[in-house]
Amino acid sequence: MLKMNHLSKVYRTHLIETHALRDFSIHVREGEFVAVTGPSGSGKTTFLNIAGLLEEFSGGEFWVDGVDVRGMNDDQRSRLRNEKIGFIFQGFNLIPDLNLFDNVDVPLRYRGFSAADRKRRIEETLSRVGLASRMKHYPAELSGGQQQRVAIARALAGSPRLLLADEPTGNLDSLMARGVMELLEEINRQGTTIIMVTHDPELAARAQRNVHVIDGQVTDFESEPQLRVPAAGNDANVAIA
Amino acid sequence: MFAYYLQLGLHSLKRNPLLTALMIFGIALGIGTSMTSLSVFYLMGSDPIPWKSDKLHAVQLDNWSKEEPYRPPNEPPDQVTYLEAKALMEAGKADLQAAMYKVVWPLQPDNAEIKPFSSLGRATFKDFFAMFEPPFKYGNAWDAAQDNEHARVTVLSSALNEKLFGGQDSTGKKVRLNEIEYTILGVLDKWQPRVKYYDLTNGAFNDAEEYYVPFTTAIELQTQGSGNNSCWESSKPGWDGYLASDCVWIQFWVQLNSQAREDEYMTFLNNYVNEQKKLGRFPRPLNNRLPDVNEWIEAQGVVSRDAQIQVGLSFAFLIVCLVNTIGLLLAKFMRKSSEIGLRRALGATRSQLFTQHLVEAGVIGISGGLIGLVLTWLGLMAVRALYADLNNVARLDWVMVLTAIGLSVAAAVLAGLFPTWKACRITPAVQLKTQ
Repeated sequence: MLKMNHLSKVYRTHLIETHALRDFSIHVREGEFVAVTGPSGSGKTTFLNIAGLLEEFSGGEFWVDGVDVRGMNDDQRSRLRNEKIGFIFQGFNLIPDLNLFDNVDVPLRYRGFSAADRKRRIEETLSRVGLASRMKHYPAELSGGQQQRVAIARALAGSPRLLLADEPTGNLDSLMARGVMELLEEINRQGTTIIMVTHDPELAARAQRNVHVIDGQVTDFESEPQLRVPAAGNDANVAIA
Repeated sequence: MFAYYLQLGLHSLKRNPLLTALMIFGIALGIGTSMTSLSVFYLMGSDPIPWKSDKLHAVQLDNWSKEEPYRPPNEPPDQVTYLEAKALMEAGKADLQAAMYKVVWPLQPDNAEIKPFSSLGRATFKDFFAMFEPPFKYGNAWDAAQDNEHARVTVLSSALNEKLFGGQDSTGKKVRLNEIEYTILGVLDKWQPRVKYYDLTNGAFNDAEEYYVPFTTAIELQTQGSGNNSCWESSKPGWDGYLASDCVWIQFWVQLNSQAREDEYMTFLNNYVNEQKKLGRFPRPLNNRLPDVNEWIEAQGVVSRDAQIQVGLSFAFLIVCLVNTIGLLLAKFMRKSSEIGLRRALGATRSQLFTQHLVEAGVIGISGGLIGLVLTWLGLMAVRALYADLNNVARLDWVMVLTAIGLSVAAAVLAGLFPTWKACRITPAVQLKTQ
């Protein structure tokens, strides 16, 4: 589903060069739930941004669902991101003056779905996260956990094959965090590949596989990940390059 | 997608009502100012009779002094003498032709409730009506025989007929002008050329006449023109002396229905002047002209240099308003940078976001344009109140309404280009990280 070979990312100013990622290699197979851990500044978020095609990389190779990302222009990356990748952010990133329906609608609009298809998908995904009855509510009227559920619904509405979650429970109390984590596990069971960046070792332990990043490099991983059996019968296995 | 962008644009405008109001009012003010002056400018210079303006020609014959031109560098007089008016009318070489001049006579109404008043008229020939096509409400113009007979007949304007006869069909009735009774042959419908092109020497934006009488009648009654009169040498004493002089005071128009007819008529004029030269008249080199309506309006400087400068200044003000709008839009779009980053993360391409924000700028433009139109309307009302002579041209027409809307949208989109481009350069990862 996602493969990076000897990837590097260097931030340059006229004074210094910062190597955010160096010789970074990872291979996430379809259906996996991978937790990426590491101390602050280790390069976790940079990895996630590059994985989500939000940032360009400086060197190496990178494929998303078999598509070589190198040399793609901005529009091509946007389309690939829109079709295949869903994002969940620590800060939810809902648009405050749009109601839940319209928030979930945002990626679907850019995807070009018909009005009927969009409506069906929005209703389905909001039902899936348990918020169908609050479609016309605004984000400020919801708790943090509910807002994150809306963000998850938004990420899922376009049926992405890869879900990238950046500290999805970082702004939630433990009860709400548990609920969000259970939802992510459920989504993964139904076949969506998930890569989750987290500081929380307890959450990381619930993933099938942990990847530890220090100084922009993968330093540790579980060699024999345990795959959940996807509801859709996905039997992909997992390996790390 | 356009509907979605429109919906987002309206939503975004509602989000910051004060900022939105400032931008819209800024554009409206610029549009109002520029469109007020542009409307006046446009109507001053626009073709008053587009369906035949290329067929109607003013006649200019250079009978001026040998020592100096009528107007530098070498302009012939813009009116003709009585001698030329008479000769050209008798020759009848054009498809239609009419000599004419402005008269002001006292009018003595039969209705005792209306006091006598001074009224503006035009002494001309029957072809005037066929050439300039004023619409008739009742009756019609006089004929060639009545021209030749110096008949006491007249055609009234709609306004004068309203004043004297309450708007009823007055044909066959009499009207007393300067103690002489004239039979009313026709009554015009409302007619007010935006530019009174057939007599620019006496005010391009003056009201149309209240009545029309045969030229020959006015001459027989020794009625001096009430308009401009220019002479380069003194005329002999008396009315006959004046008629025989080289003073120019008569407007002469011809209708020539083809280029060939125009060439023929110019040859006729040149031959006529060459014959006059043999008689010791027309001391200057041959310099006859036949400008059509639009050439005449331009040559006579109907659109003054002041009006052009005013339009330039008002557009400079529009640019100032646009610069202000650019600053406000930039601030607005930069405040939305986190949302823009988020939309990029959710799959929007740069071009989609660019279009979305240009549509938002366009919505500001349309709103500003509509309010600008109201300001233009108020501005034109003020112009009419301050300058009575611009009453006919200080008006909004559909071309100007569409121009205002188009201009405001174009201006707002132009103002939105840089802020939109800047907003779309936002790196989504950076924005999302700073959430």
